[in-house]
Amino acid sequence: MTTETPVPQARRGGRLLDGKLLVGTAVVGALVVLSLFTGVYDVFGADDGGEMFAITRVPRTVALVLAGAAMAMSGLVMQLLTQNRFVEPTTTGTTEWAGLGLLTVMVLVPGASIGARMLGAVLAAFVGTMVFFLFLRRVTLRSSLVVPIIGIMLGAVVSAVSTFVALQTDMLQNLGVWFAGSFTSVLRGQYELLWIVALAAVAVFVAADRFTVAGLGEEVATNVGLDYGRVVLLGTGLIAVATGVVTVVVGNLPFLGLIVPNVVSMFRGDDLRGNLPWVCLLGVGTVTVCDLIGRVVIMPFEVPVSLILGVVGAAVFVLLLLRQRRHG
Amino acid sequence: MITLSGVRKEYSGEVAIGPVDLRIPRGGVTALVGPNGAGKSTLLTMTGRLLGLDAGVIEIAGHDVARTPSKDLAKVVSVLRQENHFVTRLTVRQLVAFGRFPHSRGRLTAADEEVVSRAIDFLDLGGLENRYLDQLSGGQRQRAYVAMVLSQETEYVLLDEPLNNLDMRHSAQMMRHLRRVAEELERTVVVVLHDINFAGHYADRICAVKDGAVVEFGTPEEIMTGEVLTRVFETPVTVVDGPRGPLAVYY
Amino acid sequence: MAETTASRVTGPLPAPPARSSGALPTGRARRRYRTVVAVLGVLAAGFGFGLLAWDNPMPVGSDGFWRIAQMRGTNLVVMAVVAICQAVATVGFQTVTGNRVITPSIMGFEALYVAVQTTAVYFLGVAGVVAVQGLPQFALQLVLMVGFAMLLYGWLLSGRYANLQVMLLIGIVIGGGLASVSTFMQRLLTPSEFDVLAARLFGNVSNADASYLPLAVPLCLGAAVLLWAGSRRLDVVALGRDASTGLGLDHRRETMRVLFLVSVLMAVSTALVGPMTFLGFLVATLAYQFTGAHAHRYVFPVAVLTCFVVLSGAYFVMRNVFYANGVVSIIIELVGGLVFLFVILRKGRL
Repeated sequence: MTTETPVPQARRGGRLLDGKLLVGTAVVGALVVLSLFTGVYDVFGADDGGEMFAITRVPRTVALVLAGAAMAMSGLVMQLLTQNRFVEPTTTGTTEWAGLGLLTVMVLVPGASIGARMLGAVLAAFVGTMVFFLFLRRVTLRSSLVVPIIGIMLGAVVSAVSTFVALQTDMLQNLGVWFAGSFTSVLRGQYELLWIVALAAVAVFVAADRFTVAGLGEEVATNVGLDYGRVVLLGTGLIAVATGVVTVVVGNLPFLGLIVPNVVSMFRGDDLRGNLPWVCLLGVGTVTVCDLIGRVVIMPFEVPVSLILGVVGAAVFVLLLLRQRRHG
Repeated sequence: MITLSGVRKEYSGEVAIGPVDLRIPRGGVTALVGPNGAGKSTLLTMTGRLLGLDAGVIEIAGHDVARTPSKDLAKVVSVLRQENHFVTRLTVRQLVAFGRFPHSRGRLTAADEEVVSRAIDFLDLGGLENRYLDQLSGGQRQRAYVAMVLSQETEYVLLDEPLNNLDMRHSAQMMRHLRRVAEELERTVVVVLHDINFAGHYADRICAVKDGAVVEFGTPEEIMTGEVLTRVFETPVTVVDGPRGPLAVYY
Repeated sequence: MAETTASRVTGPLPAPPARSSGALPTGRARRRYRTVVAVLGVLAAGFGFGLLAWDNPMPVGSDGFWRIAQMRGTNLVVMAVVAICQAVATVGFQTVTGNRVITPSIMGFEALYVAVQTTAVYFLGVAGVVAVQGLPQFALQLVLMVGFAMLLYGWLLSGRYANLQVMLLIGIVIGGGLASVSTFMQRLLTPSEFDVLAARLFGNVSNADASYLPLAVPLCLGAAVLLWAGSRRLDVVALGRDASTGLGLDHRRETMRVLFLVSVLMAVSTALVGPMTFLGFLVATLAYQFTGAHAHRYVFPVAVLTCFVVLSGAYFVMRNVFYANGVVSIIIELVGGLVFLFVILRKGRL
């Protein structure tokens, strides 16, 4: 795990910017720089080193930063809206819906532009997230742990549909390649749309408090004068945009949105405003570290970041569950 | 007789309950009262072996609840918690019939059916016995659960806040049923109650619990005094003579 | 025990006394149950015979007819085994977890199966698929799956903080981690290797080898009969932990026992034909509707019959109407998945 994890401190730190955050930023910054200079190609020695650096390394690193921050924030928004710690795009089927949207566009419009594919993925992710929220509002749950169980099953339903479509159109192995999140193929000219998620991240910063209130339920939200429906739509929209875009450009980043907000609140308590920059930072840091590991373990080949995240994320998730079990 | 000796229950390091020593004699209705979080329900659920103890011994009619096989204990004591959720859709009669499980292991004999019928009639549920639980009102459903523990035909009956969510009429009705259970069926009823006046009127003995310890145990006459109740509930209580016995006034 | 004295509520539904606590208290309920069982029985027999005899080029009754029927018979036995496994396991699992919208197959059994198959192809190439076939390999997969499940239950369901839902979620998440490893290995396969593997990754009755049956049939029957024999205890377990403890049932032991049998059934089904995620869910949901009773001894047979009818019916229709044998399980998954969506959106409580 990254080293910028803060020591426990008194809750309600007050100011957004403090010494620890600066240290954290510096550590993540160092990781990002390290990512820029990691790779088989010698960007200093070779003649076209500078150009290669601009074509592959810079886009890749920018994509790491954007995707890490966006997915961590999506997880946070989902957890705020549902008031459930175990909810994130992978445990609600959102990722699978995005994949289905992507696949549908690929099948219907062979050779569709990356923009069109994104649109399909974002729309499907939006529909899927709404289905899940709708379900959550309709049922009274006895345990918060049932929610991710149902969400994962929902994801299984959607990926069964995707598999069926892919099988019929001979795209099954491609499907696996798309879903496995990897930054290998992020090159100049293919990743620029990822900047959209930066906008989504900013929107989360602005609207975070509203998501918390909406998470307390429609009555509470209306009572304090908040348009519940609009906030939920906004939140779902942001999640869908982030998940959809990241799925198309990078692929699936499992458990990122789950472990990052949980680890942050484990160390800092549930101070939302103060936690937001940390969620961003830790999201970026985690993805960068996983990507670095993936790039160096079997050099010159690469292990996709989704594999490392899937394994590490599953382990952290299990630890979180065991912790929750102890605390009732 | 129910005997608790040196009973303790710990929650995450801090002692929450105990050590508690208590003897509840056979027969009659014993009410457990006390402030929220005092440990009444915990004591009751430990007595009904739904919750393990960290130290001490609880005996019911000579059976150590931690050592006696659960299925033998189920013929001595029955216990009802306040929350009962399950997914199966049952009729009143099917629910009540589960009370015979300790005796019949699920294969109902004619004698079992007879006991089930009596329990249903005893709680005036005869007309409702083929209705599904989700078609009943809260008070009717609560009676159905009580009928189930009655059909278990145990000497000791433990009930955790049976008046929860019941209105005045149904609360009074439930307490009258419980009195009849003690008097006509000669069972020993132990019940957690929230309203001290219900305890004062319907119980034979009152056990006051505070901060995880038993602070008072005695007849309603002994407990229903302003001085005792003020101490137990930590709020000024005056006891006045009402038309049907002492009344605690705390507002 | 007094259980031998008077009219037992078992066997062929005896006429009960006027006030009965039986699972099927009224004459109407009993007639309905009998009708359901009869209709399902006829359908099962019809599809079963259809699969054996339909499109059989030999005249009915000739030697050749029987030889072809025998080959198809193996498939039919496999279907019966899968039907028993999936139906009984799902109903039992839903009862001990107190939740009717989950299926035991998400507990990592499928992820483990996929991982084993993928690893074999990854290291051994196309030959890997053959390498994991055979009775010893089948037995080894069973041991792996049941062992994994027992480790999980033993670890998470004993001790002070035992919590069933944490156990479920951890099972699912470990399965997810395993799945990402499999996905990675699948990426590195050549397309031809992948094609060979892909055929094994979907539940398909023809994945099963007749040589597995001598092991699969006794295991499946044994576990199912044990669960069926404990029907009355399962009825009590369904009331929840507190109520069943109050009635003198050792709830934890019963839960462990059921989960163990469920893991045996799921392991047999998965190792035999591959993943079938929503088949169990589909048939359990249908069975509760059809039966109209809570008692497990009535639900189990209806669930098994329904499962067989769904499986054999799907194969019959796909084989003889659409000529698409390979996609049967995917169709069932789709239908099951849609029913799942419908149920969770319609249900008011979990």
